[in-house]
Amino acid sequence: MTPLLQVEGVTKRFGGLQALTSVTFDLPEGQILGLIGPNGAGKTTLFNCINGVYTPEVGRVLFHGEDVTGSKTYAMAKRGLARTHQIVQPLEELTVRENVIAGACFGRENHSLGSAGEIASEVMEFVGLEKRADQLAASLNVAQKKRLEMARALAARPYLLLLDEVLAGLNPSEIAGMVEIVKKIRDRGITIIMIEHVMKAVMNVSDRMVVLDYGQQIAEGTPEEIANNPQVIEAYLGDPNLAKKLMGEDE
Amino acid sequence: MQQLSLLLTSLPDGILLGFVYGVAAMGLTLIWGVMDVINLSHGPIISLGMFGTFFIFIKMGINPYLGLIPVAILGLLLGVAIYFIAVHRVIDAPHLSSLLATFSVNMIIIGIATAALTTSPYNVDFNMGSFDLGFTTILGTRLIAAVIAILVTGGLYFFLYRTRPGKYIRAVTNNRAAAELMGVPSTQILALSFGLGTMLAAISGALIATFFPFSILSGAGYELKSFVIGVLGGLGNPVGALFGGLILGVLEGAIPAFMETSWVPVIEFGLFVIILLVRPNGLFGAKE
Amino acid sequence: MKNWRNHLGLIVPLLVVTGLAIWPALTDSVSNRENAFTILKAIALASSLNILLGYTGYVSFGHIVFFGFGGYVGLYFLNEQGWSIWTSLLIAGISSGILAYLLGKAILRLRGAYFALATIGINEAVKAFINNFDLFGGPIGMTLNFKVYKEYGGAAEALSMAFYIMAGLALAAIVLSYLIRVSKFGLGLLAIRENEDAAEVMGVVAPDAKTWAYVLSAIIPGMVGVLFFFKNGNVEPHGAFPLHASIELLVMVMLGGQGTVLGPILGAFAYQGMRGYLVTSDFFKDIQLSVSGVILLIIVLFIPAGAVGWLRNRFAPLRRVLP
Repeated sequence: MTPLLQVEGVTKRFGGLQALTSVTFDLPEGQILGLIGPNGAGKTTLFNCINGVYTPEVGRVLFHGEDVTGSKTYAMAKRGLARTHQIVQPLEELTVRENVIAGACFGRENHSLGSAGEIASEVMEFVGLEKRADQLAASLNVAQKKRLEMARALAARPYLLLLDEVLAGLNPSEIAGMVEIVKKIRDRGITIIMIEHVMKAVMNVSDRMVVLDYGQQIAEGTPEEIANNPQVIEAYLGDPNLAKKLMGEDE
Repeated sequence: MQQLSLLLTSLPDGILLGFVYGVAAMGLTLIWGVMDVINLSHGPIISLGMFGTFFIFIKMGINPYLGLIPVAILGLLLGVAIYFIAVHRVIDAPHLSSLLATFSVNMIIIGIATAALTTSPYNVDFNMGSFDLGFTTILGTRLIAAVIAILVTGGLYFFLYRTRPGKYIRAVTNNRAAAELMGVPSTQILALSFGLGTMLAAISGALIATFFPFSILSGAGYELKSFVIGVLGGLGNPVGALFGGLILGVLEGAIPAFMETSWVPVIEFGLFVIILLVRPNGLFGAKE
Repeated sequence: MKNWRNHLGLIVPLLVVTGLAIWPALTDSVSNRENAFTILKAIALASSLNILLGYTGYVSFGHIVFFGFGGYVGLYFLNEQGWSIWTSLLIAGISSGILAYLLGKAILRLRGAYFALATIGINEAVKAFINNFDLFGGPIGMTLNFKVYKEYGGAAEALSMAFYIMAGLALAAIVLSYLIRVSKFGLGLLAIRENEDAAEVMGVVAPDAKTWAYVLSAIIPGMVGVLFFFKNGNVEPHGAFPLHASIELLVMVMLGGQGTVLGPILGAFAYQGMRGYLVTSDFFKDIQLSVSGVILLIIVLFIPAGAVGWLRNRFAPLRRVLP
């Protein structure tokens, strides 16, 4: 079976800066792929190459086996790709409900306002924003805005969901809540790539992981393999005993 | 051949005028570069500069070129005042706010000036002789205006690159937040930049008044020209404005040799829109 | 109707305009009709502009180009080709829409102040072009043949008819504005206004949506142009493309509250009312422009959301009623 997403040798430069060098991986349907790496490693750039914000200079992106390299972002949305942003981008002067309805209306399924409203109600409840439905998005705090981004992306009923640091800036109980949400989304059969710095969480939920460092793909494998990969430990984790700590359950 | 002689007659005039247009546009583009504000009170300030020459020369009998000094100082002060009254509060608001705020200043100036001066044309009969080049005659006033325009550009360049406030202005243009972190007093620098922008507008108006009749409404036409020049030279690039002014001057000088003068604005504004679309950073700016 | 409250946002504006349309007949006053005509024209234009400015967030400083262009085209067919006022209105609306479509494809790529500048440039370029366009009378423009009025029962009848058509256009502009505001298309526009890049990531096809918003905001101004020149009896380039009229429209939209259906209507009333008062007041008439400027400045600096926006922000339940 064709993987849902195939990234083949994607390379992206900004002027003299080599942001991504020949990144290659496949993502089968229904899995969670963890994308990790230090700041500036090119993780968000990779998202931008997948969803059409940037066109890579070299390499291809295939979605459902079709070449979608350089497609417009809205075309990718219509194909069933949704994402959240590292820096949240709510539609501030619209209400939470309107934000989520917009997600459903313009995403893959192209809903009318009426059916989008039903989806929005369901999704807002799913992420726990139902009480804030009629508030302006601008009035939410950061954790709520992250949930809103998630809700908006989910309302599009995507095949593939790109999550960019949805845990950053959240406190431990908010992180736990968000991780639960991510798992529930996976259980609905949605494929996920998540960029994350909260290592324990991402190790726990990912089926496979890709590690980037200075735009180079230095490792790919299961969380166990990644945690024990000497190159990763050296380049990124730094602590040879970290693997055990990370793979262990919450202490 | 007839076209060539027409061209030779009108081109020198166009080029000289272009320098003066350049000074007006420099004021607009300086403000745009520093604070992302399109100053819609630019036109009336050019008109006020024109009336500056009128009062200084006709009413007080002072040489209009000497009169540039008080015109420049008043222009600077007026700009600083406009900045604090109308612009400072909306500096970070959406563009519509700053556009309408500066337009309301435009209305206020035009309204008061119309009540005081009416909208009928004024004329400063000032003569500096003329030079016969054989194929054409150049008016002394235009030649001197062009020389002053070049000096003003040189002065602005020196100020921006060699003095501390000038360097601060460039720092704020580049990145206001970073400049603030480095201790640049950004509010004062923004006000100063706005003042300099209006000062340049007033100077250009004062120069234009030495050879064209004018009314309080005349500035509007030069404001539009300043938009065109600003885009030609790259919005936010004051020195580019001088070249933009030259290009416009050359166009205005050259087009009438080939078609009716009334086609000049069609070509000017058509070019303006096309350059906005294909080279938004100006003809000399970096490609996007 | 059980849920008539949900449609108050449409009902209130329609009642306001209908009231304005029958006011001159009730008072049997020609000068009232002139005033009402001016306000209805402002409502039609401001509500149209609001589709682009208020919903989509693109600041058009040259929107009057559609008024002038459509007006010219319509008057040409009415006057020179002998078409009826109705087909002339239709062709004017279509022409303005096509012009907006072509322009929109090009200039809607520009954002913020660059777009605003481009719209100014286009207005000036079109004005200068018409000034050279002999078919439309060049710099002299066109004067309405008096026999055109005769076809509609003489000047008095024709002017009265023009008034009621203007009322119809104002109503049409409001209905259009409302339908867009509550539609999925409108939601896409609002998303573009809030954050165009994020909207595209969500799947809003922004280039198409913006272009259609521009087209829809141009059609009625084109028709208003024909009607205005029909009533005036002539058209010439400087009267057809006044840049300051574009800015007055922006002021009206801002005054009442951009992005709301009712806002531009209130703004048109307030602005025209204020102008009317200032122009006729002994005390202010000489400096009426300055007084308008001061009022505008105060609004821009202190209540940028406009009257309706301010109310909505103060009283959250009003959101439902004032879309």
